Amino acid sequence: MVLSKTATESGENVCSTFGSRYVRTVLPKYEIGESSIPKDAAYQIIKDELMLDGNPRLNLASFVTTWMEPECDKLIMESINKNYVDMDEYPVTTELQNRCVNIIARLFNAPLNETETAVGVGTVGSSEAIMLAGLAFKRNWQNKRKAEGKPYDKPNIVTGANVQVCWEKFARYFEVELKEVKLSEGYYVMDPDKAAEMVDENTICVAAILGSTLNGEFEDVKRLNDLLVKKNEETGWNTPIHVDAASGGFIAPFIYPELEWDFRLPLVKSINVSGHKYGLVYAGIGWVVWRTSEDLPEELIFHINYLGADQPTFTLNFSKGSSQIIAQYYQLIRLGFEGYKNVMENCIENMVVLKEGIDKTERFNIVSKDVGVPVVAFSLKDHSFHNEFEISEMLRRFGWIVPAYTMPADAQHITVLRVVIREDFSRTLAERLVSDIVKVLHELDTLPSKISSKMGDGKEKKMEKEKLMEVIGGWRKFVKDKKKINGVC
Amino acid sequence: MVLSHAASDSDVSVHSTFASRYVRTSLPRFKMPENSIPKEAAYQIINDELMLDGNPRLNLASFVTTWMEPECDKLIMASINKNYVDMDEYPVTTELQNRCVNMIAHLFNAPLGETETAVGVGTVGSSEAIMLAGLAFKRKWQNKRKAEGKPFDKPNIVTGANVQVCWEKFARYFEVELKEVKLSEGYYVMDPEKAVEMVDENTICVAAILGSTLNGEFEDVKLLNDLLVQKNKETGWDTPIHVDAASGGFIAPFLYPELEWDFRLPLVKSINVSGHKYGLVYAGIGWVVWRNKEDLPDELIFHINYLGADQPTFTLNFSKGSSQVIAQYYQLIRLGHEGYRNVMENCRENMIVLREGLEKTERFNIVSKDVGVPLVAFSLKDNSSHTEFEVSDMLRRYGWIVPAYTMPPNAQHITVLRVVIREDFSRTLAERLVIDIVKVMHELDELPSRMIHKISLGEEKSEANGDNLMVTVKKSDMEKQREIINGWKKFVSDRKKTSGIC
Repeated sequence: MVLSKTATESGENVCSTFGSRYVRTVLPKYEIGESSIPKDAAYQIIKDELMLDGNPRLNLASFVTTWMEPECDKLIMESINKNYVDMDEYPVTTELQNRCVNIIARLFNAPLNETETAVGVGTVGSSEAIMLAGLAFKRNWQNKRKAEGKPYDKPNIVTGANVQVCWEKFARYFEVELKEVKLSEGYYVMDPDKAAEMVDENTICVAAILGSTLNGEFEDVKRLNDLLVKKNEETGWNTPIHVDAASGGFIAPFIYPELEWDFRLPLVKSINVSGHKYGLVYAGIGWVVWRTSEDLPEELIFHINYLGADQPTFTLNFSKGSSQIIAQYYQLIRLGFEGYKNVMENCIENMVVLKEGIDKTERFNIVSKDVGVPVVAFSLKDHSFHNEFEISEMLRRFGWIVPAYTMPADAQHITVLRVVIREDFSRTLAERLVSDIVKVLHELDTLPSKISSKMGDGKEKKMEKEKLMEVIGGWRKFVKDKKKINGVC
Repeated sequence: MVLSHAASDSDVSVHSTFASRYVRTSLPRFKMPENSIPKEAAYQIINDELMLDGNPRLNLASFVTTWMEPECDKLIMASINKNYVDMDEYPVTTELQNRCVNMIAHLFNAPLGETETAVGVGTVGSSEAIMLAGLAFKRKWQNKRKAEGKPFDKPNIVTGANVQVCWEKFARYFEVELKEVKLSEGYYVMDPEKAVEMVDENTICVAAILGSTLNGEFEDVKLLNDLLVQKNKETGWDTPIHVDAASGGFIAPFLYPELEWDFRLPLVKSINVSGHKYGLVYAGIGWVVWRNKEDLPDELIFHINYLGADQPTFTLNFSKGSSQVIAQYYQLIRLGHEGYRNVMENCRENMIVLREGLEKTERFNIVSKDVGVPLVAFSLKDNSSHTEFEVSDMLRRYGWIVPAYTMPPNAQHITVLRVVIREDFSRTLAERLVIDIVKVMHELDELPSRMIHKISLGEEKSEANGDNLMVTVKKSDMEKQREIINGWKKFVSDRKKTSGIC
């Protein structure tokens, strides 16, 4: 009798992914595993875990682009293995960056003639751009003070308290004092008069924001310029202005071309803009441009030789991908002036639809303005039973990510919910959001009545409830305060 | 009679891309165009212009990864629209970053307990990582000096002259003096003894490189540590070490596990590594890890609240893509120790094939070592007729990008060609490169004989004319020309130094 033994375990490559042992074993989380695993298993495991991340397109917290055309996706994938900094090896990519810088500089009315090349650079985002601009101001100011024989160890920068967290980073890492103009209820941006007052001889620049993170408002850069021109005449300090146009830089030129905020104002020496916000590119690209080469001290620039010509570079990051730069160039030539204008007009239309829908519920105050970045910031009229954080949490259940924030000093008692209207937030979505907000309000309305019926009329119980509310309120405030550093972006 | 007027210009959307008017019009280069153009045209125009870029996979100048598995490409595309910094909204991506930090910290033998979380962060590259590490050292040193009541306005950092350009950037932008240990012929990395001599009370740290950019050599971090421990005992300055393991961090643990260079040495307080070099991820990801919490001053950290828990962050960049972080995690779990070891062993094998092929030509000196980053740095034995720059230029015609560099002071007279062996540089390519280099040498060999021929013609002529002066004049003309060319090339290559050969 012949005993035959059949193989009971098939070869591994026969198992379907979810039939294999790889989805059964615990993956080491904090140490590298000893053995390799098949690529399909690795792909599936990671993809599955990432399903629990939020959906980027429903992330209404962020200004950063979440959709691009498939043709652009193709270009991005094709250049994903190009290291941007190898300028010698990828001269065309370098040329594309230079073109973007020039296009953006001219969009901001930099005083350049037809053939002059602009001074500017592509960065990983507005944070890097702001640090570079700040460094330039700091160095210019130091050189000026040294030449005058005055002390230069206490530089400061004047901004509004509504400033984004990267300015605080710049101040802390580059040892510059941050002098913040406090906000007040109803006035949520930097007051140019107060700012000009705070300027002293140690001020390296005043930073104005075109498109405040919190409510999308444009600061009055023209007024700041005029006040500062006068003050400079009196003091001789020559304090310059930097415009943080991270959001507004790709909005104002198309929708509000008569608004003077850029290099048309003589004291504006540098501007930064995020390519990945209304520049309509995925996360990872920003731009900074200087008015002229005098505004960028030569000693900060590193000179690289490529193609026999001099390529000056001034960045914090070195190796990085080329994809976003190519994507930015794609958008600039694909859309052109008319295309960007159309996109922005759509965003504003949809913002108005959302705003009117929220207005109609009669439960909210609208905190954002119509002129500015297309966002809708709103807060509850009646805070006694519920607050904006609860609304935010309940909206999450529907899939929407709508953040709630407290305003910075001195308006910390105001909390707002903020929805950012991006290119890919269509009217259908705006209407759906309104109906979901209405649903949430109905649900919340049912809750307090449940609690008060449980509480009964007992005085002691009422006091306990108040105490509980105080404790909860206090803890929430504590959490919100810490949340401030979230760099609402 | 009815006159019909046929449309001579069809609707634009009917035209194939290359038949449309879009590829005929000149796109404004410096100004935003007024009108939109169709997406197919935009794609085609850019794609075509980019054809003239070098081929990334043949770019043998770079350590940075140029190939990943298709599964990983899929993950990258799927997460391209996730802004990494939105930690609240993408908690899993944030968790993946934390896991990578912990895995890398353990790889570097950070002294962590079973459940202790590592201190570290993902960055856009080693440049950002080094700036963060340097900032931490600077702030710690300042605090120490303030507490001692001593001046803290002149911090300095000690490194070798072979250091990558990001250290010079750090020094310049953060106002720290850079004290460089000069190299010498035959010794192209930082000498630990000279480095320790240069340490003074204002030194915030000594930076050692594991995998020197120029020839791939590992610096002797252990010797540096031992010498510095001794000096610290005498002076009480407590000078720490930072290891720039941009290239070597993902090589040494797999090929040379017994080499002590990481947190096993007590003075090493922080290490940076490029995920996009031998971490095998596309450009745009680096990592920095600190030994423990004390080495990262709390005042530099920004605290973000996510999921009710505290998420400390310390980066220069804010918004950026999530793709590379996810890709790094993919590689770490996909390959594991075994996979990384296999890749590195293959690289080393192919490096040896290339090196032996070059040695066989008997025209080159090999400047790189066998232990270190898998690259082959070589220079011509005979520089008199041709230079390495010419070899580099001629190789370009075959499609290869092999750069030539001069060494930093004090070895500026040495020029090397450098080929980096990456994961995707197979043996076939190595053999083909050797063949092409041999072809280039043959071509170059023919050139000087033409020049000598001209000169010898001149000599004959002069003999005939009995005019030796003419010959001398011609010769020195040629020499002068060569001098000028060499001088200019050196000027260019000196300026190239700031290219931060990476």
